[in-house]
Amino acid sequence: MRVLRELFHRKLALLGLIVIVLTVGVALAAPEVVPHDPTEQLFDGLTLEGAPLPPGGTYWLGTDLLGRDLFSRLIYGARTSLLIGIVANGLAVTLGAAIGVIAGYVGGWVATALMRFTDLMMAFPALLLAIVLAAVFSPSLWVVALVIAMVSWVQVARVIYAETQALARREFVEAERAMGAGRLRILWHHILPHLVSTLLVWGTLGISTTVLLEATLSFLGIGVQPPTPSWGNIIFENQTYFGSAPWLVFLPGIAIVALALAFNLVGDALRDILDPMQRGQH
Amino acid sequence: MAAYCARRLVQSLLILLGVSIITFALLYLLPADPARQIAGRSATPEMVASIRHQLGLDQPFYLQYLHYAGRLLSGDLGRSYVQRTDVTALILTRLPPTLVLMVGSIATELALGLVMGMTAALKRNTSVDRVLMVISFVGVSAPQFVLGILLLYVFAVRLAWFPIGGYGSLRQLVLPALTLGILGAGWYARMMRSSLLDVLQQDYLRTAHAKGLSGAVVLLRHALPNAILPVIAMIGLDIGTFMSGIVVVESVFGWPGIGQLTWQAIQRVDIPIIMGVTLVSACAIVLGNLLADLIAPTIDPRIKLR
Amino acid sequence: MHFLREGLLAGAAVLALSLASAQAAPKQGGAMTVTYKDDVATLDPAIGYDWQNWSMIKSLFSRLMDYEPGTATLAKDLADSFDISPDGTIYTFHIHHGVKFTNGRELTAEDVKYSLDRTVNPKTQSPGASFFHSMKGYDDVAAGKADSLTGVTAVDPYTIKIELTQPDATFLQVLALNFASVVPKEAVAEAGADFGKHPVGSGAFRLAEWMLGQRLVLDRNKGYFKPGLPYLDRITFEVGQEPLVAQLRLQRGEVDIAGDGIPPAKFLEVMQDPQYKDLIVQGHELQTGYLTMKTTLKPFSDVRVRRAVNMAVNKERIVRIINGRAAVANQILPPGMPGYDASYKGYPYDPAKAKALLKEAGLADGFSTELYVNNTDPNPRIAQAIQQDLAAVGIKAAIKSLDQANVIAAGGEPDQAPLVWSGGMAWSADFPDPSDFFGPILGCASASKGGWNWAYYCNKDLDQQGIAADAMADPAKAGERAKKWGGIFTKVMEDAPWVPIFNETRYTIHSARIAGTNNDVFVDPVHTPVNYDALYAKDVQ
Repeated sequence: MRVLRELFHRKLALLGLIVIVLTVGVALAAPEVVPHDPTEQLFDGLTLEGAPLPPGGTYWLGTDLLGRDLFSRLIYGARTSLLIGIVANGLAVTLGAAIGVIAGYVGGWVATALMRFTDLMMAFPALLLAIVLAAVFSPSLWVVALVIAMVSWVQVARVIYAETQALARREFVEAERAMGAGRLRILWHHILPHLVSTLLVWGTLGISTTVLLEATLSFLGIGVQPPTPSWGNIIFENQTYFGSAPWLVFLPGIAIVALALAFNLVGDALRDILDPMQRGQH
Repeated sequence: MAAYCARRLVQSLLILLGVSIITFALLYLLPADPARQIAGRSATPEMVASIRHQLGLDQPFYLQYLHYAGRLLSGDLGRSYVQRTDVTALILTRLPPTLVLMVGSIATELALGLVMGMTAALKRNTSVDRVLMVISFVGVSAPQFVLGILLLYVFAVRLAWFPIGGYGSLRQLVLPALTLGILGAGWYARMMRSSLLDVLQQDYLRTAHAKGLSGAVVLLRHALPNAILPVIAMIGLDIGTFMSGIVVVESVFGWPGIGQLTWQAIQRVDIPIIMGVTLVSACAIVLGNLLADLIAPTIDPRIKLR
Repeated sequence: MHFLREGLLAGAAVLALSLASAQAAPKQGGAMTVTYKDDVATLDPAIGYDWQNWSMIKSLFSRLMDYEPGTATLAKDLADSFDISPDGTIYTFHIHHGVKFTNGRELTAEDVKYSLDRTVNPKTQSPGASFFHSMKGYDDVAAGKADSLTGVTAVDPYTIKIELTQPDATFLQVLALNFASVVPKEAVAEAGADFGKHPVGSGAFRLAEWMLGQRLVLDRNKGYFKPGLPYLDRITFEVGQEPLVAQLRLQRGEVDIAGDGIPPAKFLEVMQDPQYKDLIVQGHELQTGYLTMKTTLKPFSDVRVRRAVNMAVNKERIVRIINGRAAVANQILPPGMPGYDASYKGYPYDPAKAKALLKEAGLADGFSTELYVNNTDPNPRIAQAIQQDLAAVGIKAAIKSLDQANVIAAGGEPDQAPLVWSGGMAWSADFPDPSDFFGPILGCASASKGGWNWAYYCNKDLDQQGIAADAMADPAKAGERAKKWGGIFTKVMEDAPWVPIFNETRYTIHSARIAGTNNDVFVDPVHTPVNYDALYAKDVQ
């Protein structure tokens, strides 16, 4: 496709794409690739006084405070972070698009109601809302993804709403209506295809945000629950040890930044390719 | 214009009302029982019931909400179960540090972002431009808690250039403001770059050049001010990100603001404080949006030449 | 021989002199800084029940009884003397003359009565009200039917008489609790609900300044009724300080005591650093960390399953994970508590035997369950270690890591939280007496919704034995009473509603310029964490 070719021409985006493919590959092949069970608290994973081991010994990247192999945990963490990031963003984009399209296409009081609701949700500080939701529905993997989706759909909805509105008013749509074409048909054939590029951009860029949000929630202790590893909760469990065992905080930190950055680079490049008018804006 | 303002104001109030209802409903669903928390571990069921009655927690949901909303109108946000203080007083004490941090982080993100964006635009398509853009991307992709811990570790613990957290002096403001500002700086750098590039291509500037004005003058007096305007308009929208960011950053740096209060309240399930802080944050966000909406339409990229 | 005797006498004199000067009271003066992570909620003695404010309240207020600094030995505070009637139900206290509140007024028996009435009154919402249940008139006041305890009478301004419904061996200890502190009526009336922020007491210190969320300052009470005490002129409490930050600042000399202790992250490093060797004080808090099993839920209703769990947990490994900051526990009472049985063996770590027991109970394939834990470090780690041990014998426990309030709420429900790790919420003694370790957490009355008896353990026979033991108020019978309690707890272990895992060792690190009248005041078992009245500044000596 033209998009892929364009993507390959941009060096940064290409780098991002490689990182994403690598991470996905590692995540999928996790059971084969890991040297140890990520949840196994190895007896020689800790010193006699109970301190974790630094990288460079038997355990490649060192061990954590329970004697578990950090490398294995990072690999499985990729799985968790990717899964939640993609699922949550998928949900967010779907929900946001649905609301935006309905509001933009149907118009009238439905649109006003939906958009006021969107404004309402925007008034909540995202993290705060996520924290309260996580407290009400005690966290499990799917609850976390759902909570993140709940606070991330708003921006998509607004953008899709604006675009749908603009599209719905175009002449050819009016013409089709005049000819008696059904509303659904118009939606399917004339409006949705034009939204695809926006959805694609948000679908990619949004993963960066959801990955970061999951990391933050897990860092606060209300995201993915241990012993299931996620990059955020590895930092959570070991955060006070950043002085005596910095590898436990900074290695997962680098992983998070790398993945979020990769999605940002690819998403931004996609936006450049698909819609140059929106370059450089939020 | 006045009608528009009035309309937006009414909308904002309705939004705040909606926020209060939703938050109240969510917190109502929390399993933890404040009456038992207050009653302590040796309490009898009668004592717990008595406390529950005193706090009005045995009333149906809508009655509880109406009482809360009623008190809200007189500025009373209730009393904290755990801290035994007036929530309003607590929030007011903690507001100044957060405001200081807000000013600090906005200053940081503008300073860093505008400078990076301007440099990148002026040196477009060179390696400087690319490096700056990558840096801005990294700034947007780094989770603030990692950044905060990193800065604390490197500059406060290891190098001891700054105090390790705390509040009161300018030196203590630097690291937390930087942590919060780097995210915004990333956005603004890219915005500034594209905005400036757009402005630099405008016809009226070519006219200015043709008239003999030097490059630097053109830049400073005409291009920059117009390029900055869209960025400034965005600041209001940033309040939302800021309100989320302070929960983590204030806790990492021990900054006694509303963010730290929020996190502590959530850990102890102190419902009145969580309600109060959510409302205050929502107010700030709505205000920010309002400001941004009011400023943005007044931006007119065309300027008169002197 | 002549000069030898003279030499000996001279030597003895020198020795006596140096001993005397070592015993001479430290000079008053100096200031110190203490840090805490959480803000102080309240300084109202009837309400304050937190880690930070417990010892602050002890220093701001006085009460009839207290403890010798650094020990768990009872001592008289406001009371110059007291008499107990032969049947053990009437206590008469003679109050010291000339004790003044910081608002200038003299403290009388009326104030003592007022304070006790206030604590028990449900309008005060005091978490400590039920400790006073043995006082006559308690039931009426606690139910809101009366405002005054009929059993408490101010006979004259310096004599107060307290009548109990039955002899209570723990009563003197209860009077040493913060909840029995004496408050002046007019100050409470003036401040209303904000008395906790504007405390007025008769203790060694008075509140000089309080900036919410930032700091509190306590100044020496110049009119304190104990001459020469306290030693420090001023104590500044800085709140909102993470333990890690506090530790780093202490190492830099900015802070004198880190109130939350040495954080796990720095523990090994600090313990192994020779420059801090003399500045770290080790103490044993009267505390046990345990795993509760809900005896009303299957399969934990089967005692064999509970014993199997007891044998499945590798306690030594858990202690290693927390860097050795605890001692393995094999019974419910901590060492140092009367009733502790040093010869008791408990359940050994034997996963094979555990599996066999499970098989016997018909659960050869194991079962699934949930383990609730408080989400502050290091408790989730400990829960995961327990989880792995249980998995090794076939029990699949899913971890639910929640904030403290939610865990406590779930533990109090009869059908939730089948397993709870008590860390971070673990029972530590309100006063050094075994009955405090039984009633609220293992007694039948607390096996109810909202109670702290998360195992919902109820053994009516043991309950009765406990009541009988508490009726042995005669101090001469103390040894017999301790033995009786020991027997009760041994029986509880047979029923195995809990797995006692460890007794935490407390470490306090302080700066070189602060010292205490004896080292144990830094790990005071009652004035937790530190006894402020007994500290002095070396740089003003």
